[in-house]
This record gives sequence, structure tokens and C-alpha cells, in this order.
Amino acid sequence: MEPTDTSNPDYYHRVVDCQWACPAHTDVPEYIRLIAQGRFTEAYMVNRESNVFPGILGRVCDRPCEPACRRGRIEDQKPVAICRLKRVAADHRDEVADLLPKAPHVKNGRRIACVGAGCASLTVANDLMPLGYEVTIFEQFGEPGGLMRTNIPSFRLPHSVLNEEIAMITGMGVDLKLNTPVKSMRGLLTTGGFDAVFVGSGAPKGKELSLPGRAEAGANIHIGISWLESVAFGHIEKIGKRVLIIGVGNTAMDCCRTSLRLGADSVKVMARKPREFFKASAWELEDAEEESVAIIINRSPKSFVLENGRLTGMLFDKMEYQMDATGRITVERVAGEEFLPADDVILAIGQENAFPWVERDMGIEFDKWDVPVVDKATFESTRPGVFFGGDAAFGPKNIIWAVEHGHQAAISIHRHCHGESASERMPPGVNLQSRKMGMHEWSYSNDYTPVERRLMPHVSLKERFKNLNIEVELGFTAEQVEQEVQRCLNCDVQTVFSAKLCIECDACIDICPVDCLTITHNGEESDLRQRLTAPAKNLTQALYVSAGLPQTGRVMVKDEDLCVHCGLCAERCPTAAWDMQKSQLRWPHAGDQQPVTTQQAKIA
Amino acid sequence: MTFIAKPKVAHPSLPRNALGFTRRDYEGALSTLCAGCGHDSITAAVVEASWGLDLEPQNMVKLSGIGCSSKTTAYFVSGGHGFNSVHGRMPSIAMGANAANRALTYIGVSGDGDTLSIGLGQFCHAIRRNLNMLYIIENNGVYGLTKGQFSASADVGTKAKKGETNLQPPIDPVLLAMTLGASFVARSFSGDKEQLVPLIQAGLRHRGFALIDVLSPCVTFNDHEGSTKSYAYTREHYEPAVHADFVPLEREIVANYQQGETMPLLMHDGSRIVLRKLDASYDPTDRVNAAAHIQERMKAGEYLTGLLHIEPSQNEFHEVNETPDVPLNSVSYEALCPGSKGLEKTLARYR
Repeated sequence: MEPTDTSNPDYYHRVVDCQWACPAHTDVPEYIRLIAQGRFTEAYMVNRESNVFPGILGRVCDRPCEPACRRGRIEDQKPVAICRLKRVAADHRDEVADLLPKAPHVKNGRRIACVGAGCASLTVANDLMPLGYEVTIFEQFGEPGGLMRTNIPSFRLPHSVLNEEIAMITGMGVDLKLNTPVKSMRGLLTTGGFDAVFVGSGAPKGKELSLPGRAEAGANIHIGISWLESVAFGHIEKIGKRVLIIGVGNTAMDCCRTSLRLGADSVKVMARKPREFFKASAWELEDAEEESVAIIINRSPKSFVLENGRLTGMLFDKMEYQMDATGRITVERVAGEEFLPADDVILAIGQENAFPWVERDMGIEFDKWDVPVVDKATFESTRPGVFFGGDAAFGPKNIIWAVEHGHQAAISIHRHCHGESASERMPPGVNLQSRKMGMHEWSYSNDYTPVERRLMPHVSLKERFKNLNIEVELGFTAEQVEQEVQRCLNCDVQTVFSAKLCIECDACIDICPVDCLTITHNGEESDLRQRLTAPAKNLTQALYVSAGLPQTGRVMVKDEDLCVHCGLCAERCPTAAWDMQKSQLRWPHAGDQQPVTTQQAKIA
Repeated sequence: MTFIAKPKVAHPSLPRNALGFTRRDYEGALSTLCAGCGHDSITAAVVEASWGLDLEPQNMVKLSGIGCSSKTTAYFVSGGHGFNSVHGRMPSIAMGANAANRALTYIGVSGDGDTLSIGLGQFCHAIRRNLNMLYIIENNGVYGLTKGQFSASADVGTKAKKGETNLQPPIDPVLLAMTLGASFVARSFSGDKEQLVPLIQAGLRHRGFALIDVLSPCVTFNDHEGSTKSYAYTREHYEPAVHADFVPLEREIVANYQQGETMPLLMHDGSRIVLRKLDASYDPTDRVNAAAHIQERMKAGEYLTGLLHIEPSQNEFHEVNETPDVPLNSVSYEALCPGSKGLEKTLARYR
């Protein structure tokens, strides 16, 4: 293998699995260290820089970071409770008003319109307001927040948290036009006087289930996201005793738990396929099951059953599946049918974006699925100056993706308004800084702590149903925080190797607790992976290969997979060929400029 | 050295031996030697070798004298028995222990000072008696624990860290052992585990005294330019003569060696050592030829390494002295203690 090019920012970024997996590239290890030091405010600000809504995401993020967490790959260990620690920072921070970005009094004269006051548009405003832009957000409802407000029930995300974090953005002087649905893109573009338009209107259309009886029983059949929206705004306060939820995604989980709080006492979630095909996050399923929601698998909806014009239940096909070794369904078969009684049925089988208000002759191209054609990097549509982000761009994802779309769209808008090409973007960078403080002293906590993941305490099952607004999760206790922060492996404190200093004494190899180092003769990657101290079977994790070592010409190979970043290799190295250096990702946001190197400055 | 203990966390795909142990189960306490010390690599090689031989930790005995090297017995197989004796007297302790319990596996770890200066006499007599043990010399040419004075194995002309040159001729433990009739004599290098691990395994299975002289650079006092025992110098001047692959009884030889270059040697327990000669003229089973060859290469400034001499058929201490076949702790009280009448009878023989 060629020597690894660690000057490529992606190399060390990938080692920080959580940060690599996070769409917004939140510096997770850094904020966990700050929490460990009791510096909650700083931890909150580190979060806010990349994910904008730490208090919200600390409760309801989809957590792509956690399945990626290196800790989860260690035997008998679960990932660090990254999301819950984010909430700790948000719950315990001090006043941050003075630390927030501020909009300048003198504006730059550019006006930006954002459609929909959801997380994507708010992120655009968050990034552009401090640069002097005048941002106007059009929102159809009377309150901002988008799906965060309408679709996430308040027992998971209290309104106070939502309002506070939205106010941090709108407080910069955003022109927030509530109860103002945009009826026409043409109007916005021709008479609005905006330099750019950002569409962050989400995926507000719930999918329909056309089965016999749908129309006749309409009064007791609800579309999940619209129903949640009506509950959020207080238009619906009750539901029947027996409720069936069709679909098993995260919306279904919110629907079933909300039903329990509106008077239902028997709630069943109906899944067409077995559990391994569920779309809902494992923890959302667990939380629903804790509340005695029954999740029934292998039932395919067949028809709505009515008696005297009123819904009495639903008929399902009982499904049977055969799966191959890879877990793919090869054969499916109907094995009889089943009737389940119900007073109400909620359909939670997906949602889509919809743009009836975008005229199709405006130069904004739509593809064969009637979805706008959007550039994956710049978020620009086929009409220059019109950008899409969040669920509106590529269909339903989640908040953290929408935030990153907002960041990227803000960069594009900034470049667009300066007459620069949106596709020529500033590349990411990585800074490295040694953590060595002296003899046996490292400025990070490098002792491996074997504690297990802490469990989130919940409000008792008796108390939590009394009111729709009682937040179920209580947040970690001080003791839990103290233990959970120590579980983080500090993957951003990188093992940095300089081949020319190595005397091949084997000290690092002997001391490495997880056998991730090997000195051997070079070879092809597939061959090297077999020849290591412990074979490197996880192909998703990189091998680091050094340049030829001075004494024998062999190479140092490191399997990044299970490195616990304990720093013992560096501690044991007599020549400091290994060093522990903190990598800091520089992920560009709007307004960031390429630093001028000293050489370039001299020439200038 | 480090103050942070090696965490207990381990790689999940770490292989397990016949006893269900991983390498990690053969580790010991935290090493307090200098970072980069060759001795730590030898410790790792002993761990690897013991694991590979499926040795039961409780049946292992670790013995040492005084010096940096002698500290290392604490750093491997924490489940074994240990005795850290006075300076140079490790062979006596080994002798006594082995005489009492022949069923255990004995590893003595010593240094060039402990073996070739204060303990030279003890070392020689352990060889003479063909004590059944593995004796590892961690040889770095200096007294590291007292800040780097030349030891008895320092080569003529080698330079100390502060610049003075050694003028006294060295004692070579390999040649000395061969002169004294040792039946298993090897030399290796701490930086070459591929060579060292099978040597340790063969040495542990060898019936009789097995000596491995391991060049083990002192990273603090003897790893500079002008030293003849630094990492760089050793790598440049060490010449593998015979590679020994240890093949346990239960494993078949699968490696495909070219004919004429390999020589399988059957050991007393049925396992084999496959010698792969890297120098065709060298015959490790011929003491005279081997000794001459070693000296010749030494004159040329090379360290000849590998399994330099082996004679599998020699009688070890217990056989020579016709001691009981079992450890004394399993011999009945009546047999061990002849009683006062028996004592009188025995004494009468000397009157």
C-alpha cells in the first residue's frame, strides 16, 4: 500500500466516527470533554456552531453518530450516549445571549426569502444574518418551527426548548412573516425583490392508503402528520379507546404515544414486515413499548370495516416471509386474514414533499417523480438563485440533515450573492495539535473506563399520561453524566506517526491493548489486513500505513477500527515517533474564507 | 515507562489457545522499564510463546536475579510462581525449585551483569548440571540500573553514552555455554519476534538447560552512535544462521520447505523443531563446527543468530541423579521420610 496521506482532511475526520457520521459534523468528542470539565456553556456553543439546535437535537435527533460510535464496536459495549450528553449541555448551560452571533446594524443590502420556518430555513437565517443579509421567512402557521413543532409531540420536545432556540435565530432581526403561506413562486421571484430564495418547506404531505372503506370511514381515519399537527395546535384533544396505527416509522411512534395521552387505552402499531425491516429508531420503539403499545408484525392492511357507516375495525392479511442468508425477503405469502377492532385508525406510512405553489414554467425543473432537481452539493435548483434544503430537497430525512442542508445552502447563497460560482466551495481542513504536556502527562483523559452506557431515567408510567406536555425523559443525573462522559474514547485525539523517528523497538506494538499496531513488510491492502497482530476484518475502517521505516524499510500499520486512543503507544515511544494530537475539523460555513498562507501573503 | 496501566479492553478477534486464554491472559504487571526498552519486547515474546504453547500459568515458575532484566519476570504471566533472588543467584534458586518439583516449567530471566559478572559461577554450574529450564539473558552490554557502565558483555571498541571506549574483551555467553556442554544454545534479538518467539517455545520444550542470549538494546544508555548494541547497529550486524520453527506435537508441518535446507529435529515430547539453515555450511548439531563458525563471524563483526547449537539427546539433571519421577510433593510421606531407624541405617553407611 502507498503511505497514507494524512494531510487529506478526510483521513483524521473519518477516525472520529461520530463526527464523520453526523451530517453537520458536530465536534462530539470536544463537547463531551467540555461537559466532563463542567463547562456546559462552552459545550453548548461547540454544538450550536454545527448543529444550531442543541437543546432540540439533544432530545429528538435521529443520532446517526451513535451507531457509528467506536465504543459500540468494543466487546460488550454500547455506543456513548452522545445525544443525551448534548441535552446535558443544553440543560445546564448558563445564559448564552452574549456568545451568540449578532447581525450587524449596517446590512449588506442583500435580501433573502426563506419558505417555511423549519430547521432548514432557520439555519439559513442563522448563517446569513451575521453576515449582514436581510432574511425574510414565510411561515404558513402562526408559530415557527415547522415539523419540529407540528410533528414532534411536546412530551418529547417541550415547547419552551423549541421556542428558546428558535428565538436565538429570529432574535437577530429575522423578518418572520407568520400565517403567511407562499402561494406562488412566481410572485416571490418577480415582485418580492429578493436576491435569493431558499425553499425549506419540508415534506408536509402524508401518504394516503386507498383501501375499501377509506372514504366512508373518513371521520375516524387520520393522516399521521396532519393529525399530529392538529394535536400540536390544540385542534384535536381526543381519540377513541382502541386505536390502530398503520406503519412503523418514527411518525408512527409519535402517533401511538400521543394517542395514549388523548384517551386511547389500547393502541396497536401494525407492521407489514418483521421487526428487522422497521424504519423507526430502536430507542423510539423501546419507548413506545415501555408504554404498553403493542407492535404487531406481518399484518398487511386489506380494508377498513364499517358498521352502520361507522368504523369498527380493520381487516388485515396475515403475511409470511422467507428470507435468504443476507436477510432479504425472497418469498412472501398470504396465510389467512385477521380482523382487529378499532375506533380510530392513524395512517403513518410516509410523507412526501409537495410544491403545488411552484409554477412549472419558472425555470425550476422537476423530475419524473415531480420532485425538484436539486444539486447535491450546492442545493441550487436549475434556476440560479433558487435553493432547496431539508425535506423539501430530497424527501423526508431528519432534523440534523436539514440543518446541514441549511448550512450548505447558506454558503451557496452567500457565493451567489457575490457573483461567485456556488460549486467552487472552500474545502474542509483539519488542524492537529499535540496533547503532550510533559512526562506521562496528556491534556486529555486517556485512561480507558470500562463503565457501561447509562440509562435515561423516565417519568413514571403513572405520572406521564396525566398531561400531553409532560416530558417523559428526565435527563441524566449528575452522577450519570460523570460516568457517561468518561465512556467517550476521545477519537479526535489522533495517533500521529512520524516514520523517520521510529527505531522499530516494538514498544508500541507490545503495549497496545487492542492490538491495532503492526510493523511488517508492505503489501496489498487485502494481504496486509490478514497479516496484522489482530486481523483487520472491519473493511469500513481504514488502515494507516507509514512510509518505509529507517532501519529495515518495513512499514508501521495501524488498524483504526478499535483504537481506544489511550495514548499508550505515544507514552511508550522512546523517540516520540508516535504523538497524540487533537484533530480539529474546519468544516466551512457561510462567510468562512480560505486562510492565506504566509507564502501567499508574501507574494501579495 | 508509563503510569497508565494497559486497559483490560481487548480486541474481540484475539485468538484463544487450547485453554481458552488469549495473549492478554499471559500478561503481567505494568512495566516500569524505560519506554522502548528491548526487555519489554522480550517480555512480549515470552507472553506470545507461553500462550502459543498452551502453558498453564499456575504451572510456570519465573525466576530472576537483580537488574533491569530481572524486573521483567513481574511483567509476564502474573498467574505463575515467581522468585526474585539476590544478585547472580537465580540459578541456585532454580536448582532448588526444580529439584523439588520437576513438573513445572522454569523460565529464568537474567541480564549480562547478573549472568556474566556477579553470577558467572552460578550460570556455569547450572549448565553443567543440565538443569531443565529456559535461561534468557537480556543482553544490552551496560549496567542500565546504575546508569550505563560497561558490562562484561560490552564489545571492545564500543562507546559509552558519554564517549569513553571499552577496552576489555567481552565474555560471550553463547561460546561459554557451548564450551560447558550446553545442549540448547541460541542467540536472538529483541527486535525480531519472528525469530525469538519460536526459539522461546523450543527452549521451553527442550529437556535440559536451554540458553537464549537475546540482544536487547538499552534505549537510554546504549542506543547511540558508536555503540555496538544499539537498535541500528544490531540490525545492521545480525546475521540469522539457522531459523528454528517450533512445531508442537499436535500440529502438523504444513510449511513447504525446500529440500536440503531444512532439518526436522524430534524433541523428547514428540514435538519438532524444524531448522531452516540460512547458511548452508552451518551445522548446529555439530558443536565443534558450530563454535568455530560463530567465532569466525564474530571476528568479522557479525552477530550470528538463531538456534546455534542443539543436542536433543542429553540427560538432564533428574535423569543423571535418578531422582523420583514425580514432584516431591506427590511422593508419600513414608517414602520421603525414612523414619529414625532408616536415618540410623543411612548414617551408619558413613561411619
